[in-house]
Amino acid sequence: MKSYVFQRLVYMVFLLWLVSIVTFVIIELPPGDYLSTYISRLEQAGQDLSDEEVDRLRAQYGLDLPTTLRYFRWFGQVLRGEFGFSFDWQQPVRDIIGERLALTFTIAILSAVFTFAVAIPIGIYSATHQYSLVDYIVSFVGFIGLAIPNFMLALIMLYIAWKSYGLNLTGLFSPEYLDAPWNLAKIGDLMLHLPIPIIVVGTAGTAGMIRVLRGTLLDELNKQYVITARSKGVGEVKLLFKYPVRVALNPIVSGLAWLFPALISSGTITAWVLGLPTAGPMMVRALITQDTFLSATLLMFVTILTVIGTTVSDILLVVVDPRIRMERTAN
Amino acid sequence: MLRRLASRRFSPVKQAVQYDESYYLASQWQLIWRKFRRHRLAMVSALVIIFLYSMAIFPEFYSVNDHHKRHVKYAKAPPNTIRFLDAEGNFHLQPFIYDMTQELDMDTLKRNYTDDTSRRYPLRFFVRGLPYKLLGLIETDIHLVGVDEPAVFFPFGSDELGRDLFSRTMHASRISLSIGFLGMVSSFCLGCLFGGISGYFGGSVDIVVQRVIEFLVSIPQIPLMMALAAAFPPEWSSVQVYFGFTIVLAVVNWPQLARAVRGKLLELREADFVMAARISNMGDMNIIVKHLLPSFASFLIVVLSLSVPGMILAETALSFLQIGIRPPAVSWGVLLQDAQNIRSLSQSPWLLIPGLFVIVTVLAFNFLGDGLRDAADPYKQ
Repeated sequence: MKSYVFQRLVYMVFLLWLVSIVTFVIIELPPGDYLSTYISRLEQAGQDLSDEEVDRLRAQYGLDLPTTLRYFRWFGQVLRGEFGFSFDWQQPVRDIIGERLALTFTIAILSAVFTFAVAIPIGIYSATHQYSLVDYIVSFVGFIGLAIPNFMLALIMLYIAWKSYGLNLTGLFSPEYLDAPWNLAKIGDLMLHLPIPIIVVGTAGTAGMIRVLRGTLLDELNKQYVITARSKGVGEVKLLFKYPVRVALNPIVSGLAWLFPALISSGTITAWVLGLPTAGPMMVRALITQDTFLSATLLMFVTILTVIGTTVSDILLVVVDPRIRMERTAN
Repeated sequence: MLRRLASRRFSPVKQAVQYDESYYLASQWQLIWRKFRRHRLAMVSALVIIFLYSMAIFPEFYSVNDHHKRHVKYAKAPPNTIRFLDAEGNFHLQPFIYDMTQELDMDTLKRNYTDDTSRRYPLRFFVRGLPYKLLGLIETDIHLVGVDEPAVFFPFGSDELGRDLFSRTMHASRISLSIGFLGMVSSFCLGCLFGGISGYFGGSVDIVVQRVIEFLVSIPQIPLMMALAAAFPPEWSSVQVYFGFTIVLAVVNWPQLARAVRGKLLELREADFVMAARISNMGDMNIIVKHLLPSFASFLIVVLSLSVPGMILAETALSFLQIGIRPPAVSWGVLLQDAQNIRSLSQSPWLLIPGLFVIVTVLAFNFLGDGLRDAADPYKQ
């Protein structure tokens, strides 16, 4: 068990290194380098740079070095916590991303909790009450949930709240708390604004999870061990939760690995529509304005945290399922 | 869910009794077709998909107006009501519309439209109108519906610039639906290549490919696609952006397909019927063509049909964020850009209609995939 966890952690470090390569490729990908973007910006603003100035900047950013050397240079900077400069915000990237990343992950984690809290009871209910009215409704709503793009769901909810209650639910804070320092009242205000993004982000995952749970549980309910337990007189509720539900939860635990990237993905678009101050809209804007360091750093952090989430879910799976524990820790 | 629903309703045990001789003589594909036909929801979905793709192939035929033309008199016009009863209460068999007249509310600066009931404009079918080239080849000017001048027919209303949303939706379907399809084909090629290599060579090659796949799957898709799509040079034409986007879809989506391909290959290689064929001295080529390919093909069709909706959703989302397809090219996501804020949405909710097309398409592909999955293994009871 310990050796497996260790092995998995070493592998995670390797993955994180791969993340850095992908990020670097993305920084290098746009045509022209960021310096030429910067210079053209300065020229638009009416400033002229002398040739020596340009050369100095080129040397400062290492643009005169070959690509591999540039990578190691950049990688060294990242390890020291320097992610470059955001031309758009006129601030170091490091200073502007912290709070946004924290909010992004708060929403992702809360959405995951929402997904579990809703999907597991409903999935179990609709499997044990197959073909009941509730089952049909849940299946129908689930399919719709899978098919509606997240941003449309957000738009529709905004529209309904606006039309019927006159509420504008965009943003994460009421205007008076926007620049206020963190205190209890601000957290309370945040709690009022969080449900909509959480519901919107969580819906697609919830629908998928209900579908998977219902399917597996229905398979399990027909198995012989259930009949055996029943014939021995085990009570229905105890029987249900002690054996088949535990087995059926397995694909959900292993699904955690993809749930996390999916939540981040859907969170990006939802946040754009709802005007949330998370990493998503910031990244969209950085991409549109070609603020490469900012966008690449955001992508890097989002991926790093996803890789950590995946590793945790893998370890969790081994803890939960004895069969996998035997298989994985054996080799 | 549907699989179970179907299998209970049309209990296979009963049917097995009814099978006549043709069942035992039928080829695998005939059996697949039989089973698929029984899945009603999937059949309906197949028809819906055929209809949607006919829109993508002949958008000019379906559209009512020129989709680029700005009707200044009809900016942000609501959808026309299609009527059978006129203002005097008389019934007309042929549906008709009334022309709309615009009034500007000087207090709110909102445009109000009222029906001008003085003249009826019947909807004419297969009407001659704007000339276009069918498939870019055959010159014609026949459209599905149209009304007489001077009225303009807006089945889905119009946008801020007075462009007909219905015709724009029809034209948008061309990009939205084909990009899903092309993206699927290209990620299928990559997926088969790497999945095949991985499954065929095994050993360390397999491990490396699997690790790369695991890594790529763990990058959040939408941010990755955004970053890749945003790297397109701004001077690219719509066509270049379109194909660039297809490549982005392929790059981001092949890992899932490769994983599925490899898994299935490994499973099939060890299957009993392959072993049986090998024992009866069948050549490798024969085994591949006669046994492996058919079971593999049906499996692939299922995987592919289930991968299309994800691509369509991704295109819509990215274009909506102004990172995907660029105007003047239109896709459903581009059209939805107009509905981005609550203000324009509360004034003209019909701008969300292109989103309905996305939902219907995604649902149809999901149901079709479900039906195909059941049908793909016709021997499973």
